This record gives sequence, C-alpha cells and structure tokens, in this order.
Amino acid sequence: MADERKLAYVMAFNEAVKQQMEVDSSVFCAGEDIGAFGGVFGTFGGLQAKFGADRVVDTPISEQAIVGLGVGAAVTGLRPIVDLMFMDFICVALDQIVNQAAKLKYMFGGDAVLPLTITTAGGGGLSAAAQHSQSLEALLCHIPGLKVVMPSNPYDMKGLMTACIQENNPTVMIKHKRLLGMTGHVPEESYSIPLGKGNIVRPGKDVTIVAYARMSNEALIAAEELAKDGIDCEIIDPRTLQPLDTDLIISSVKKTNHAVVVHEAVRFGGLGGEIASQIQELAFDYLDAPVTRIGAPFSPVPFSPALEQHYIPDSKTIVQGIRDVMARV
Amino acid sequence: MDLPVHVQLDLHRRMVRIRLFEEAAGRLAESNRLPGFLHLYVGEEAVAAGVCGALNDDDHITSTHRGHGHLVAKGGDFNRMMAELMGKATGYCKGKGGSMHISDTSLGMLGANGIVGAGSPIAVGAAFANRYRGRGQVAVAFFGDGSTNIGAFHEAANMACALHLPIVFACENNEYGEFTPRDKTMAITDIVDRAAGYGMPGVIVDGMDVIAVHEAAVEAVARARSGGGPSLIEAKTYRFYNHHGVQNLGLKYRSDDEVAMWKQRDPIFTLEDRMIENKAATRDQFDAIWAELRAGIEAAIAFADESPYPTPDQITVGVYTSMSGAS
Repeated sequence: MADERKLAYVMAFNEAVKQQMEVDSSVFCAGEDIGAFGGVFGTFGGLQAKFGADRVVDTPISEQAIVGLGVGAAVTGLRPIVDLMFMDFICVALDQIVNQAAKLKYMFGGDAVLPLTITTAGGGGLSAAAQHSQSLEALLCHIPGLKVVMPSNPYDMKGLMTACIQENNPTVMIKHKRLLGMTGHVPEESYSIPLGKGNIVRPGKDVTIVAYARMSNEALIAAEELAKDGIDCEIIDPRTLQPLDTDLIISSVKKTNHAVVVHEAVRFGGLGGEIASQIQELAFDYLDAPVTRIGAPFSPVPFSPALEQHYIPDSKTIVQGIRDVMARV
Repeated sequence: MDLPVHVQLDLHRRMVRIRLFEEAAGRLAESNRLPGFLHLYVGEEAVAAGVCGALNDDDHITSTHRGHGHLVAKGGDFNRMMAELMGKATGYCKGKGGSMHISDTSLGMLGANGIVGAGSPIAVGAAFANRYRGRGQVAVAFFGDGSTNIGAFHEAANMACALHLPIVFACENNEYGEFTPRDKTMAITDIVDRAAGYGMPGVIVDGMDVIAVHEAAVEAVARARSGGGPSLIEAKTYRFYNHHGVQNLGLKYRSDDEVAMWKQRDPIFTLEDRMIENKAATRDQFDAIWAELRAGIEAAIAFADESPYPTPDQITVGVYTSMSGAS
C-alpha cells in the first residue's frame, strides 16, 4: 500500500525540498557542500543533479554570507533554503539571523516579506563534542520575527519542512542528527503540518510530558516503562517551538494535573523554563505538583561517550523525573 | 566633463536634495525634535548621487547607518522620510525603524542598517535573486571604510566574486571608522587594494567629484548588468559633521583645519562652479533649484509635525507576515 511507504527522516527532509522545488521555481538551496556532495548528512543528496547548480548552490564556508544571501534573496522575491551545516555554526551567523532576517520586516514598518528557511542540524549523541552537538533552540525562540521547528520523526519532518518552505517568515528548521536514519511512515504526496500546531504523541491521563525532537521519542520509551507501574503518561510534542502550541499543552495539563518538560538543551535558561512558566500562569489551580524540567547539566557537551551518555537525558532520566513528580502527590 | 547637461543637473539635484534633508534633520536634532541617533551624510553626497544616478529604478541598494543620503538619492520621499525620523505613523517604517532602518523596498532600497557591514551580504542575496530571475537588475552595496574590517564584508565580497554576481561594492572612504582614523585601524591606505584579493576590479575615485563617481559607477554597473561580475569603487570622501549628531568643529579626533580643507572641496559647490564656468548652467538656475527643493523640505517638516504618532496597539504589528505568529 502506497500510504504505508516507509522513509528515513533524512529522506523525508530531502523529499519535502524536492517536491517544493518542483512546484515553485522561486525555491533554491544554498550552503556548504550541498551540491555534488549532497550535504554532510546527505540531506540535500541528488538535488543538484536534478535541479542544477543554479538552484542548489555550493557556497564558500561563510555562514554570515550564506544567511545574508538568503535574506537578500528572500526580500527581493525568492524563497531561499539556506543550510548551516551544524547548529553550532548559527553563532557565526547570528547577526544575519537575529539582527537582519528576524527584524527586517518590523524595522521596515511591515514592508518586507521574508520567505526564508534556514536549515541546520542540532543535538548530541555522536561524540561530536562541544562545538558540533549543541541544542541552541532557546536562543532562537527568544527572537521575535523567527519561527523555530524541531521534528521528532520522519512524518513530521516532511510536513513541517514543507510548511517551512511555504511559510512567508524566516524559519529555522532544526534536524536532529541522531534521528536522520529513523524510518517511519511518510506519504509520497506533498503535505504540510501547520507551524504552531503540536501533536499528542501518546494520550494519557496521569502526567503530561512535553518533549520535542529526540526527547519526544525517549519520552515514549519512558511512558511504556511507567505504564507497567500504572502511570499513564500523555506526551505532547510541540513540533514547532516558536510559535508554541500553548493551548494544547495547557489543555493536557488541566486533564493530568502534572507536567514534566524534557529537552536535550542545557536546563538553565532552556525552553523548559518558558513552558513551565506558561503552565503555572495558565493552569496553576490544576497542578498537583510543581512543573519539573529535565535537561542537560550546565556544561558544554562532553566528547567521550562515557560522559555524553550521562549528559543527554534519556528514557531512564525521564522515568526517574516522572516518578519524582508523581511521588509528591 | 562630457556628461550631458541634463545628467549633470540630475546628479546636482540628487545632491542638493540630500544636503537639504540632512541640514534640516540636523537643525531638528539640535532643537531636540528628533528622537534617537542621527548620522548625517553631509559631505558625502557625491557618492550616493553619483552611484544612484547610474542605476535604474528597479535596481537594489543596501545602505549603512549613515543611510538617509542613499534613500534620497534613490528617489526617497521627503515627507515619509522626515516623518520616520520623527517616529510618526506616516513615516516610511511607520515609526518602527527610524533613521537607522529607513527603507523603501518599492525603490529597491533594502534598508539603512544599524550593524556595520551587515548590508553587504544582503546585497549579495539581492544580486543572486536578480540573476536567478534573469531580471537584468543589479545590486549595489554601500559601505564605509571601517566596515571592510568586519568579517561580513569579507564573506560577502568573496561570495559575490565566487558566484560571479551582478553587484557593485561602493565604498565611502571618509577616513574615519566612527571616531578612529583609518591609519589606526588598517595597514593599507586604499580600500581598493582589497579588491584584488577577491578577484574583482577596483577603482579609486574622487568622492567629492560627482561626475567622477558617476562615470566609475556607470562602468561598474554596466559590467555587472552584462554578466561581467562584481567590482569595487572606492570613493575618497569626508563627513562634514561628527560620526553622529551635528557638531563639526572642535572635535578631539580630527582638526578644524582638516574639516575646513575638505569643505573647500564641497561636492555640490564645486559642481556648480564648474558648470557655471563651462556655461552649462547659471547661478540663477541653481538658486531656483535650491529654492524649489527647500520648499519641499519645509513642507516635509510640516507634514511630519502634523502627522500622528503610532498608537501602542501597533507595537506587536508587523513582526510576522501573517499574525498566525508568535506566542
């Protein structure tokens, strides 16, 4: 059956780009090594061969100019997809992302449209060490003018990437490096998932777990473990972090009366703090325990597998966090 | 001076419009009628006028923190400019941008920019889009000498040359990066020396001579438009006022004599003298032009004064293209 077709996360990304390039001649891609080489993770594989070097452009290693290329081309009528190989490299291009892409429309009194997609690869788990493993999404979510997307599975990847390309605002699509090979059901036809709409990954009645990207999948494993103890977890994957589907989170917490937020990023100052605040502001009277945040310790991502496996939260950390929350009742 | 008289008069008019706008803005700032920072373009008029005079209406430019001159030279409307400087709802940016972000995308003016060097990568993007669409349009990045020391310039220049884009890099070398002289911040005298490092032609022009700037710009724009790739123009110029504000004399970092020397070479008055000498125009003609344009600036101040301020409900409007937007 065609609708049972399986596809890897990385190819779901690739297919979304390919299908949008087929239907919209204003879409082009630019970035380091994305042409003949196909991108370091193969994310852009085959696209230059199909669409030519004018539409899939190999650039110098110049992150500011790569994003600037996207900003200038977007504001003059194209629909660029610009790739920053690793999320850590956004720091090299932050002026163009934060001061230019995010603000041009506002500074121009609304007189600008920036249909720009910045794609990058985030997250740890590959022993890639402190400069190739970060989760810096909170930094981006703090900037008015940007939209930030972090898919947790192949189906969401294709639908969200399609939405990013069609979106008329600057979006940052963060692929998780550890999910690139994950396979799942992905329809062949083009479809989009609206930005700002979360997903109930697993319905449950006892505790709400808000988790995105790879942590959403870890939360699923944790939920199966906790089910054995009779704890029924509801998992919300916001999918888009900016704008955040606060309504979905709040309605879940009102039902379960408990909330745990999980991310791979450093806990302090992470998005978990924002989500926890929203929950206590909007559902304080429904809470039976404080909202708990699970995230990485306050250190750079360590290199050695012996350290990194304890640094990044996993299903075991989540199980423990939820047991702690439920024990307070 | 082989340029047709009507072209010379067009360049003159662009310069006078800039001068009048900037002098008026300076007076308003002195009497505390303009909020925020003000970076005046007075003295550098020949660069914006000479370059923009070589462009079509649909060509693109990116600008700098000293950006009023570029917008005026591209055809900016005095009323909407003055209203923006005052933070009024009728301004170019509805009071959201101000002096440092003034823009008019319908004129291809992609914004003044508060970040030194940030405009050049954006101009590269505009140039890419123009070639991609086969529109025959070019992009010009205006930037100062100081911004060639920032990484964004290097990345933009290299990428433009690597991709062979239809772009002109127009450097306004006014010899100071804010308050520090060029010889303290770089070991070269001429910015144009950097062009060879990217593989593009570069030329030095007298930035106080609008005809010289214009002729260099016509050549560079023609090269870009015909697929010949990027080039760099270094215009040696000078800002008559301070980095910001309206003080011009008694500054610690440059001498009054130096200012006086450059003012002797005022780009507008030297052009007028040459045209009168060459019998291309008369003093009466110039007087009439100044009077006509001065009336326009007085009307713009009145328009801005009478315009309403934006209302607080506008603060979060215009962040996203549709307000399906932010939480």
